[in-house]
Amino acid sequence: MNLPFRPSQNGNDRGCTDQQTLKQRGQHEVFCGLTSIVWLHRKIENAFFLVVGSRTCAHLIQSAAGVMIFAEPRFGTAIIDERDLAGLADIDDELDSVVGRLLERRPDIELLFLVGSCPSEVIKLDLKRAAQRLSKLHTPKVRVLNYSGSGIETTFTQGEDACLAALASDAQKETVDAADQLLVVGALADVVEDQFRRLFTDMGINNVTFLPAKKANVPLVIGPKTKYLLAQPFLGDTARVLEDRGAKRIAAAFPLGAEGTTAWLKAAAQSFAVSAEKFESVTSAGHRRALIAMEAHRDALQGKRIFFFPDSQLEIPLARYVSEELGMRLVEVGTPYLHRAHLSEDLARLPSGTLLSEGQDVERQLDRCRAEDPDLVVCGLGLANPLEAEGMTTKWSIELVFTPIQGYDQAGDLARLFSRPLDRRTRLGGLLCN
Amino acid sequence: MQLTVWTYEGPPHVGAMRIATAMKGLHYVLHAPQGDTYADLLFTMIERRSARPPVTYTTFQARDLGGDTAELFKRSAFDAYERFMPEAMIVGASCTAELIQDDPGGLAKALALPIPVIPLELPSYQKKENWGAAETFYRIVRELARSDGDRTKRDPKSCNILGPAALGFRHRDDVLEIKRLLGALGISVNVVAPLDARPSDIARLGDAAFNVVLYPEIAEPAARYLTKALGQPMTTIVPIGVGATRDFIREVAELAGVDPDPVLKDRMSRLPWYSASVDSTYLTGKRVFIFGDATHALAAARIAKQELGFDVVGLGTFSREFARPMREAATALGLEALITDDYLDVEKAIQEAQPELILGTQMERHIAKRMGLPCAVISAPVHVQDFPARHSPQMGFEGANVIFDTWVHPLMMGLEEHLLAMFRNDHEFHDSAAPSHLGHAPRAPEPEQVQQVVSEKAPVVTGWAVDAEKELNKIPFFVRGKARRNTERFAAEHGVHLITIETLYDAKAHFSR
Repeated sequence: MNLPFRPSQNGNDRGCTDQQTLKQRGQHEVFCGLTSIVWLHRKIENAFFLVVGSRTCAHLIQSAAGVMIFAEPRFGTAIIDERDLAGLADIDDELDSVVGRLLERRPDIELLFLVGSCPSEVIKLDLKRAAQRLSKLHTPKVRVLNYSGSGIETTFTQGEDACLAALASDAQKETVDAADQLLVVGALADVVEDQFRRLFTDMGINNVTFLPAKKANVPLVIGPKTKYLLAQPFLGDTARVLEDRGAKRIAAAFPLGAEGTTAWLKAAAQSFAVSAEKFESVTSAGHRRALIAMEAHRDALQGKRIFFFPDSQLEIPLARYVSEELGMRLVEVGTPYLHRAHLSEDLARLPSGTLLSEGQDVERQLDRCRAEDPDLVVCGLGLANPLEAEGMTTKWSIELVFTPIQGYDQAGDLARLFSRPLDRRTRLGGLLCN
Repeated sequence: MQLTVWTYEGPPHVGAMRIATAMKGLHYVLHAPQGDTYADLLFTMIERRSARPPVTYTTFQARDLGGDTAELFKRSAFDAYERFMPEAMIVGASCTAELIQDDPGGLAKALALPIPVIPLELPSYQKKENWGAAETFYRIVRELARSDGDRTKRDPKSCNILGPAALGFRHRDDVLEIKRLLGALGISVNVVAPLDARPSDIARLGDAAFNVVLYPEIAEPAARYLTKALGQPMTTIVPIGVGATRDFIREVAELAGVDPDPVLKDRMSRLPWYSASVDSTYLTGKRVFIFGDATHALAAARIAKQELGFDVVGLGTFSREFARPMREAATALGLEALITDDYLDVEKAIQEAQPELILGTQMERHIAKRMGLPCAVISAPVHVQDFPARHSPQMGFEGANVIFDTWVHPLMMGLEEHLLAMFRNDHEFHDSAAPSHLGHAPRAPEPEQVQQVVSEKAPVVTGWAVDAEKELNKIPFFVRGKARRNTERFAAEHGVHLITIETLYDAKAHFSR
């Protein structure tokens, strides 16, 4: 795998647009969609996420989140027990009473999500109906929505997709005299959201809405005057709901690094008829700062070989970023699911011939990884320490989801996430070897 | 259906993983959806294990449900056998797979693999992690331990150590400590299991004369089976604390037919002298609240009362399987045991008991942090901090040393902070400086919860005079809540409307008996 580094793509190169993916079916070493509650509950104030599931679900979320730091987090699990399964208890009554007690204790909750899990899906518990029933019961104080974060249907970030799709389905219709609206879709850290909002305002795009909103009770309006811009690459279902309601997608590369952020902002600017001069004057300072922030990391990462295990669906845009902007060489880019339409801009900017894999057989992927012996492996928490012990350098992929990485002023932070493990290994030298 | 915000124990298949991961040469094939693979990170991150747990998940998806999930299981089991070549395999289902009723045991049997395959039935909607670990270990022992050995050939001075597992609270260090102790008594260790044992080691458990049960939560069912089927007696005393360690030495000495006295005379913990030294006088009657798994909580209660001279003001466990011994121990202390797996109940009980020290799990550590109380962690569920780089056992005489330090240091720090508070008007100090052991956030002026409880318990018709409030603040923060509560109760009972310095000291006299 000695692909030459190519700093930019010429017009005729379609990159990985038509690249076939390697698909193997075996053990998936990935989180289920419930895990996205960990950041969604921090993002949407006054919302509570009630998983209807098993002890495993509760254990998963607390393990993934390390929730002991929160006094009383805005998520919990209604644990289905034997009595519910045996029909000794009416499962609807049980759920109603759990929700009643919860809302009594948490009067601050305005939006409640009933989140389906593997067990609730398998026993075909109708959470949609339950949500409607409970919504009626607790309106107008509390709105109750439902979605599934089950591992038999969703992988990790797809939980956010399902959640946002539920929010979009519950949106109001535009009025006839509605103004053009830019809808930015996908949870972003507050700091990033504020930066983007400032940039759009400076360009003269004022009617900007973010989905999810920071507050649970902000009404969401969607219709033909809505143009939506995906901030995250894993929102297939949400996009479908938006399109059904007449919204149109602004196709763009995802806002990672200097070039990704510029491409993303430019797509919105063009769609809202912002002049090239205006765009340049608003974005040039940020773009320059991003390049400066990445410089030192680029020196450390240039030419290094990187291997992505599938995790968050952010892998394709991340691969675009590390190859195009940091000069890293892509050994394999694994992703749980490849949404070609939403990722077309990023795919086109990947070096052609890159090995893309979709889905997973973790054992065989580990075999490939060991055989390639890359300089840096991006993988989940279950694999990181074992691979480090084998002598590989790893970056936990979950940190790429929890850390603010989008936008100009996070480009350097994003680069650091990749350079720091290598820096550490260099500093420790041969410490680990006897 | 039960609302759970946080849980002390995972599901039973995680217990099974703790056994499989502790052992070598054993592989666990788990019929489970992809999300269940999160459990790997418990071992690789919290325990910093350098190898993946030996677990293969079938990771079935919704689209497989209409098709053949049973076939998927068989393929996964066969592939796992071929790739890992284990000496034995355990197979089972997680909560979701339990619902689709594919019978992993039967399917694996149909593969006719040339190794023992042990089916596990772990009812996920009924049982929890520790039960799952105990059941798994019992099944493995039952299946693999040979019962045809010649019992007369057993060396009476040999034993097995049963119970240490992956993700255990200081199991790694306890094993080392107990091995040393047994060595000093001239007792040899035949097998330690499940930690680092192979299936072939389980097979030869019967070569030992008796079993040392370190963690009843995990090893008791297996040890009982071995008593019944192989005629091996088992220990009943868990050697945590000086007294328990001495009792344990006498118990194993008796089982092995050796003289315990040389070891009892020779080996000592520093705890008794440290506890007796005048420096420890201030520990007398400290109010301590204890919550954890049954083994560690019961041991802590004995140490607190008999070895440190504390007053135990609360005792409880999340291990429902051990509710009975816990209730007995609590009754002996004049308490009612708290048996719950809801941390909010624990928090409430702590508020009511107004302890000066909390001994608990990582969750109680957080509760203590919120209340501004000193705390030491004595039990699982484990945290990355519970796997210290240094040797840090809980068991044996060294374990008692570790316990003395771990419990007493937060209190000494508390005293130090009181001294700092006394000088807080000096220009070097300021009120918002964070206490050194309570994290980085500045401490709230007064623990919020304490005041709330106070107002709930005794509706305050009275107010505090400014100078009385000032006087109250001179009392160390870790007993201030109690002083406030007592004074307000006293005032309410005596119809005092304004609490003055006089009232404060009247109340103090009244409650000090």
